[in-house]
Amino acid sequence: MAFTLYTLIQTTILCTNAIAVLHEERFLSRISRGVDQGVGGFGDDPGVKVQTLNLIRSVRTVMRGG
Amino acid sequence: MSVNKLKYFFAVDTRYVLKKLMILMFPYTHQDWEVRYHRDTPLTPRQDVNAPDLYIPTMAFITYILLAGMALGIQKRFSPEVLGLCASTALVWIIIEVLVMLLSLYLLTVHSDLSTFDLIAYSGYKYVGMIFTVLSGLLFGSDGYYVALVWSSCALMFFIVRSLKMKILPSISSDSMGMGSNAKPQLRLYITVATAVFQPIIIYWLTSHLVR
Repeated sequence: MAFTLYTLIQTTILCTNAIAVLHEERFLSRISRGVDQGVGGFGDDPGVKVQTLNLIRSVRTVMRGG
Repeated sequence: MSVNKLKYFFAVDTRYVLKKLMILMFPYTHQDWEVRYHRDTPLTPRQDVNAPDLYIPTMAFITYILLAGMALGIQKRFSPEVLGLCASTALVWIIIEVLVMLLSLYLLTVHSDLSTFDLIAYSGYKYVGMIFTVLSGLLFGSDGYYVALVWSSCALMFFIVRSLKMKILPSISSDSMGMGSNAKPQLRLYITVATAVFQPIIIYWLTSHLVR
């Protein structure tokens, strides 16, 4: 499998685009429903799910221009 | 990402390089894997043999590309485009590995002092193993290639696990928070083991086409 740098750039752009076009109502709110109502994870480290949702939200904020 | 931070990684001397190469190829007798500190800053590679550096990975990467060109030339399959392709493939795999490591360290909120350059250094150490593998494949044929592959894979896996264990896994000294973090040490162990297992796979992937 011969990768070029162009392939890598293409892959990252497509993945970032995929994260940016996720539909808010149908998908993201269903996943974040059980998560950030409530504790919010102070004291102990936030779990994997909270971290992924934070990451997705920050990527979307940067990509969608706010 | 300052130049000062980069200078730290290139502050090596001959003695360090020789010892580090010996440890990379035969890590089983090395006793003390702790990175030593001096008033909160890590010691330079000149003073501490366990400190990661970027000199060996850079040199090993360039040597690997030259060796790949030579191996292809011996088999009469050389052309300058192939060299560039080989170089960019290896570079892309490093970038992928560093990105995956950064992502998994972020997701599992591992509060370690592993910076990006440290990760680049640790994932660049496999090129030493690759050079050794390709050389013995060229000199001793297919059998020599597989023997050297197994040897350098085991040595590299041991090296990676011992080096990263200190930094990623939580200190097992006192378990003050026994609640709720039961999934964490397991996941951190998985990261370390997955990094280690990834090394032989990529060594095989990037060198098998050079030694037929």
